[in-house]
Amino acid sequence: MKLPRLSPRQTPYVLLLPFVALFVVFGLFPLAFSLFLAFQTWEPTSGLGAMSFVGADNFLFALQDEWFWKSLKNTGWLALVSGVPQHLVALPLAAFIHASFKRLRNGVVGAYFMPYITSTVAIAILFSSLFSTDYGLINVGLQLIRELPLLGALVPAQPVDWLNDPDYIKPAIATLVFWRYVGFNVVLYLAAMQTIPRDLYEAARMDGAGRLQQFFYITLPSLKPMIYFGVTLSVVGGLQLFEEAFILTQGRGGSDQAGMTTAVYLYRMAFDFNDFGAASAMSWLLFIVVGLLTWLTNRAFRPSKA
Amino acid sequence: MRTDRLAPWAAYCIVGIGMLIMLAPFYFMFVFATHSRTEIFSLPPPMWFGNDFLNNLAILTKKIPFWRNLGWSLYVALASTALTLLFCAMGGYAFALFEFRHKKIFFGLVMGTMLLPSFMNMIPTFMIMDLLGWIDEPRALYIPGAASAFGIFLMRQFCASAIPRELVEAARMDGCSELGIFARIVLPLLKPALGTLGLITFIASWNNFIGPLVVMRSPDMYTLPLALRSLQSPVDTEWGALMAGSAIATLPLIVLFVLSSRQLISGLTTGAVK
Repeated sequence: MKLPRLSPRQTPYVLLLPFVALFVVFGLFPLAFSLFLAFQTWEPTSGLGAMSFVGADNFLFALQDEWFWKSLKNTGWLALVSGVPQHLVALPLAAFIHASFKRLRNGVVGAYFMPYITSTVAIAILFSSLFSTDYGLINVGLQLIRELPLLGALVPAQPVDWLNDPDYIKPAIATLVFWRYVGFNVVLYLAAMQTIPRDLYEAARMDGAGRLQQFFYITLPSLKPMIYFGVTLSVVGGLQLFEEAFILTQGRGGSDQAGMTTAVYLYRMAFDFNDFGAASAMSWLLFIVVGLLTWLTNRAFRPSKA
Repeated sequence: MRTDRLAPWAAYCIVGIGMLIMLAPFYFMFVFATHSRTEIFSLPPPMWFGNDFLNNLAILTKKIPFWRNLGWSLYVALASTALTLLFCAMGGYAFALFEFRHKKIFFGLVMGTMLLPSFMNMIPTFMIMDLLGWIDEPRALYIPGAASAFGIFLMRQFCASAIPRELVEAARMDGCSELGIFARIVLPLLKPALGTLGLITFIASWNNFIGPLVVMRSPDMYTLPLALRSLQSPVDTEWGALMAGSAIATLPLIVLFVLSSRQLISGLTTGAVK
């Protein structure tokens, strides 16, 4: 086969061509298109010609929509309740693994990481069976605790209808999200811990610092950049929550919309209610929220300079 | 000093219990896959494997075109991996070893989209696919996926550290064509990174739910996650069959993961650790 001769000057353009073509068509164009859609009204059944410009109507509609606000509240709640514990648990866990596991480390880390790489759908389906009211494994477990003397008072007296009771659907979703992502954070923190110089700990030990003190005075401060990064990832990820909530609420958002995240709502707005304009407007509003919160997390966790 | 002596044991216990919690759901997925629906929800629930797996499989294949769905999942994942590897290797090499106009701005733009939430593309992607007539076409899944910003990032990082400029220069002096350099020198050197990116792309495609949810409309074209979720019903879910399907969908991932966990974990966290 005869390949055409390229000069080194032309080569990068040729090499990048396929990627750029796809990137423009399927990466950048959809974004521009979605911004355009957010200002249109459109009936999908009547073809693309039926679009008409409606100014900021879609945005105003979204801002006055009770369900949109509810979905934002749900999303914020879920991001917080599934996100914060991930870090509170992952940090000490990573410290334990770092200090006490040498030969078994890869296996241990692998076990924690496994939920992250498996199919959300398969896992969410499994969890919906675990969470079922009658004889779901989680309720069976609670039943056992209920019969214990002191602890029994802490758990609900009746079997919990996790997936249909508006009060319990969010905790159920948060549990699944926590379980799925905690291992990812463990790996992040372990990687960061490996870069902390050993002699720092040795010096601290010479000065009589115990393990706890070493954790609070050496490990935690050295991990600050990684904590910032990990928390930002959790915030951004939490606000995009879709699959977990979608499967556990069977695609509808749960009774009383208690498990409906904004991403689920904008999917329904487009594909169940056929309002693509409003759905696009909502996606941009959510995007602004994500951006703002990322910026805030950034400010809160960045080590202050000067 | 008492805490010092206690600490390792406490650490082993806590880490061990945590591991159990991480692995238990997988265990129950496989156990439930071998039990009938009534057994799964009996008291006490099954803790060990039963013998209803083939029954469950029969129900599964009667309710949905399961093997066809599995085939589409595999086909899309393989096609998407092949395209991503080729295009990202080419692009990453171009970004790492060539100078061209607006390179920095362009690379920044690509990286910017990596941070973009997935819900942003959901609606316009559906409309573009509708426009192209790609609804219910597997290429609607693997062609857009090939423009992976993460892939470009990974490849550029790796090219910058693993491909010596002198080697490329020397090949050029010896009269090797530019595409020859890419095919005979760059690609072989990129093998480890291609392995990592390949694994990540395959797994992401295999697990992808939002993509097919938006573009695959007929059950015959569903990929596995969509097919499994279509079995969910508010009143009459065949849990045994559903678990069998989920277990079959999960098993290849667990095997891949066990074989390559270190490579996968470091690949998936590169952006973070560097």
